[in-house]
Amino acid sequence: MDLVVRDLTVARGGVPVLEHLDFTLGAGQVLVLRGPNGSGKTTLLRTLAGLQPPMAGEVGLPPEAIAYAAHADGLKAQLSVTENLAFWASVHGTRDIVPALKQMNLESLADRMAANLSAGQKRRLGLARLLVTGRPIWLLDEPTVSLDTASVALFAEAVGAHVAGGGAALIATHIDLGLEAEILDVTPFKADPSVVATGAGAFDEAFL
Amino acid sequence: MIALLVRDLRLTFRAGGGFGLGLAFFLIVTVLVPFGVGPESALLARIAPGILWVGALLACLLSLDRIFQLDFEDGSLDILATAPIPMEGAVAMKALAHWLTTGLPLTLAAPLFGGLMSLPGQGYLWVFLTLLIGTPALSMIGTFGAALTVGLKRGGLLLSLLVLPLYIPTLLFGAETARRAIQGVDYAQTFAILAGVTAGSLALLPFAAAAAIRINLR
Amino acid sequence: MEDTRVRQKNDRWNWFWAWANPVKFMSWTGKALPWFIGLTVITVIPGLIWGFFFTPAADGFQESVKIIYVHVPSATMAIQAWGMMVVASLIWLIRRHHVGALAAKGAALVGLTMTVIALITGAIWGEPMWGTYWAWDPRLTSFLILFLFYIGYMALWAAIEDPDTAADLTSVLAVVGSVFAFLSRYAVNFWNQGLHQGASLSLDQEENVADVYWQPLVLTLVGFGFLFVVLVLIRTRTELRRRRLRAIELRERMQDA
Repeated sequence: MDLVVRDLTVARGGVPVLEHLDFTLGAGQVLVLRGPNGSGKTTLLRTLAGLQPPMAGEVGLPPEAIAYAAHADGLKAQLSVTENLAFWASVHGTRDIVPALKQMNLESLADRMAANLSAGQKRRLGLARLLVTGRPIWLLDEPTVSLDTASVALFAEAVGAHVAGGGAALIATHIDLGLEAEILDVTPFKADPSVVATGAGAFDEAFL
Repeated sequence: MIALLVRDLRLTFRAGGGFGLGLAFFLIVTVLVPFGVGPESALLARIAPGILWVGALLACLLSLDRIFQLDFEDGSLDILATAPIPMEGAVAMKALAHWLTTGLPLTLAAPLFGGLMSLPGQGYLWVFLTLLIGTPALSMIGTFGAALTVGLKRGGLLLSLLVLPLYIPTLLFGAETARRAIQGVDYAQTFAILAGVTAGSLALLPFAAAAAIRINLR
Repeated sequence: MEDTRVRQKNDRWNWFWAWANPVKFMSWTGKALPWFIGLTVITVIPGLIWGFFFTPAADGFQESVKIIYVHVPSATMAIQAWGMMVVASLIWLIRRHHVGALAAKGAALVGLTMTVIALITGAIWGEPMWGTYWAWDPRLTSFLILFLFYIGYMALWAAIEDPDTAADLTSVLAVVGSVFAFLSRYAVNFWNQGLHQGASLSLDQEENVADVYWQPLVLTLVGFGFLFVVLVLIRTRTELRRRRLRAIELRERMQDA
């Protein structure tokens, strides 16, 4: 169930942003993506999630292994915690949401509307959403935005538990989560303008 | 996929405004027309089926931009796209939810509002029947339009511009069938085509709409 | 993307599609354009002069009937432009040739213009003929509908920033829209029955029109065909240049970064 990336080039708006990416993410691993804003971390995660096609190279992963979470968690304010989770569970073909509620310490909030949750509680609900997908590889885009220190610790703990249970996580974040993680700085993979612009198969050669 | 339908219905009821607003708009249009054209019963009776159809169509248009926009903003659409249910199915469910909260209430209300328009006796049945057959197409076409404009910031007006021309066949055949039935002319052919347009839209547009969603998520 | 490229290389129709490579397209259209302009000039202008000044006045028609030499060709072009738009959109969707998408965009503008010309000349002609500028006759109505479809299509192009996304979405709209446009064309025939009798329009009459009137009309039709090619080529070349400009700007931004 490894995520294998070989010579991958990802593009935003038709322009390559990262190229020649090579890495493998196996069970029990956490990989943290680093790099300045706009360096293409989100583009990479969206490509791996299958939301956009890679420009070149290969992404090898088993079918239905990816759970993707961006800044927004796809949670509806007008639905209760249970309803939110039950919906995503049934979309992903899993039924039991109790373990997720228990693990994220949300049992006492089960009937509360998502609108009335604090930022930290919302994020816990978002993590519970990841749990109910039942998918092993988590792709997380800036998951700690708007979280206080305590919530970050809780978040790191949850990711740790998931990974310890045989899962894997690829996280784009700026802060240190205190997890045992490998760091992948994307800066060296930034698409080289001189090569991209002049090499064979350049992205816009058709027009020049 | 049923879960998606249930969720969308729940959201519409809880968010308020959902179908109440569409119905209120429909009522207001129906009330305004006599103010505009005068209270003469014979005239109203003649234009009633058309006015009811146009009113229902405009009311249907009101809630289209909400079909995907909120899910796009909060990331639900991304998650749905990576979920194991096909996007085509999700799109069809979205259209069904829209019809249940908009098209169906409008269809049920149209005969009531027909009373305000001096609708002739036969008309109640036929306005109801044609709307019942025609509004699913309106919801499905609208869902396609919403899928095209989901990524755009001010998509609302553009959505109307794209969708209204696509509504022409349904409106024409729907209102024409009701009119013919009231006049006692043969209506079987137009009624059959109306049903055909709906069936064709329901069968094919989910694919086009799903393709548009995927393009917009890229 | 890579796959498309490989597939294109192995295609035995490659020699044909190679003409759609933007650079090659710019070069051969640049050479062909003057010829097409020449052909347009030697067909449209004599056709119009012939039609306007050297056809005998017919019984029951006023001079206004001569607007037919603009009206009919522009109406024909308006419909053909939509057809071309759909074909070009399909080429983009299936073969991913940029020229396809941009030609569709170019054809839409030409088609919209032709539709407006047809509607206006029709109104000018209709007033003396039927005593009204506008009637909800099936043919008039379908042109109005065509106008609305063009507007929607172009508005979608204008609204989307990313050119490839815009090309994809407008192509989907063009294909779906065609089905509905065709349905609408068919629908107005039912809808107008019994409301308007005897408002038989232009094309029905031409069948009785004598050769004297036919011949210049055929010439203008051919001429407008060339004119259409010229306009679409110019528009497509402009759009290609715009994309090229965008590509250059993107490169500069990448080099700066």
